[in-house]
Amino acid sequence: MSKRGISRHRVRRWFGRAGLYLSVLLLVSPAVLFFLWMLSLSLKNELDNTAYPPVFIPHPPTLSNFVDVFQKNDFLTYTINSVIVSFSATGLALLFGVPAGYGIAKAKATKAAALILIARVTPGLSYLIPLFLLFQWLGLIGTLTPLVITHLVITVPIVVWIMIGFFEGLPGELEEAALVDGATIWQAFVHVAMPLARPGIMVAMILAFIFSWNNFIFGVVLAGRTTRTLPVAVYNVLTFEQISWGPLAAAALIVTAPVLLLTLLMQKEIVAGLTTGGVKGG
Amino acid sequence: MSTTTATTLLPVAVPRGRAYARRYWMFAVPAAVIVLVVILFPWVFTLFMSVHEWKVSGATPFVGLANYTHMLHDERFQWAVVRTLYFTAASVIAPLLLGVWAAVCFASNFRFRGLARTLFVLPMMATPVAISLVWTMMFHPQLGVLNYLLSTVGLPPSSWVYDSSTVIPTLVMVETWQWTPLVMLIVLGGIASLPQDPYEAAILDGASAWQMFRHITLPLVWPFIMVAAVIRLIDALKTFDTIYVITLGGPGTSSETLNILLYQTAFAYYDLGYGSAMVVVFFVLILLISLLLLKFRQREAWR
Repeated sequence: MSKRGISRHRVRRWFGRAGLYLSVLLLVSPAVLFFLWMLSLSLKNELDNTAYPPVFIPHPPTLSNFVDVFQKNDFLTYTINSVIVSFSATGLALLFGVPAGYGIAKAKATKAAALILIARVTPGLSYLIPLFLLFQWLGLIGTLTPLVITHLVITVPIVVWIMIGFFEGLPGELEEAALVDGATIWQAFVHVAMPLARPGIMVAMILAFIFSWNNFIFGVVLAGRTTRTLPVAVYNVLTFEQISWGPLAAAALIVTAPVLLLTLLMQKEIVAGLTTGGVKGG
Repeated sequence: MSTTTATTLLPVAVPRGRAYARRYWMFAVPAAVIVLVVILFPWVFTLFMSVHEWKVSGATPFVGLANYTHMLHDERFQWAVVRTLYFTAASVIAPLLLGVWAAVCFASNFRFRGLARTLFVLPMMATPVAISLVWTMMFHPQLGVLNYLLSTVGLPPSSWVYDSSTVIPTLVMVETWQWTPLVMLIVLGGIASLPQDPYEAAILDGASAWQMFRHITLPLVWPFIMVAAVIRLIDALKTFDTIYVITLGGPGTSSETLNILLYQTAFAYYDLGYGSAMVVVFFVLILLISLLLLKFRQREAWR
């Protein structure tokens, strides 16, 4: 490949630049257009939603679909259920998972780490048959307890896995110094390692929360009429109201809005967590 | 903690190693109990159920390997395996190609890069049930926006998920839309860790962007691409929410993957014994792939 002359070089650079912007546009637009269409559906009345050719800009935009969702379905209860389940599952996972990640990282317990990895990659569905029977025997079906417990299946491995990676990356000297000064390993953990790992804990918390919030399969099997979480509730809107698209899109938006907002606000933490958690976890 | 900063400057001779390693186990005990109850118990109990005939009510006689041999004669199961392989292969390859392309783009500097990257990542974080519902509406044969868009560029309407020949490619499209970002993030992490010298040398030699990608970036990021491939493989095999919501395995059984069949067997037909046997087979498959992942991780000791 020969290249002579500045102008040719410049033309090529210009094409490279244009190609880059075009590529980014092509790559980002499916996501952007999808969510815009979701918003558009949720803000239009039923007539516009079923019009052909489709109406793209809501005119005038209406919030009646959102009102509809909360009036016709018990969405307030389901929202509360989702909040209780996801917060409990995330909180408990942090409580148990952060020390566990520390212990595994410090003891270099590769077998325990492998077990956590396997737990992370096992399909959630495969836990459901035995747990379903267990909760039936215990008479817990129809309460929120089985949901919180099964969501631990998702949150605990995520937290442990991210924390292993994080604690492994911390320099050990500070804790060793604390140990020399007579601190117990528990004190070294609480007062030295944990404060240093705060960003990691943040990442683990956000991801555990999002994955718990998004979970559908545990709820669909284990939840009763009053204990549905939001993803299950929104699926039920589909089955009962076949073609009213406005409320359906509004319901879908309500379910996923907290997660989308969290992603927009915390993008740095989430990207960090997904790359360590992703590369190291799966 | 005020004392620690001073002592770090001194050479530290703490008894490292075994004695401490054992004591650090205490940290893992509470989590280990949870793992035992909600993760290990189900594994063992599933194995136990898989060798019994187990319906929701009635006796549960021991049947040996009958549930497993049943799979060998069960055509519905075998078709589910074939479909799962088809769906998985396509759902690994497409996101991988697009994800590498996206990573190369997002690795270069341009205005609004942060915003563009965040928007690009959104599909992967959004609630799968919610996005599946919106896709379902977009696939509507008469009123769906996708067929309208096709008609504006002069293409014939597609039957999307309403025809057995197009349903799996359509689901692969949803899967690709959703999971290309994860591939991008992993590969982007790889590109970010690359040394700059080879590129500088290549620019001096007058290499084109494609040549640099082909001969420098690609070989160096290859381990990251492989990790992304394995993760994608595991995730694609596990796909449930989108298929369940969009098609429920239909039309007929033409998009019934292993995971969907598993769900139907256990929670629609309540054949828990057979369902458990499928779980075991599925689990072994995932386990083998995970071992592959561990092997990649050990061989490529990055960071």
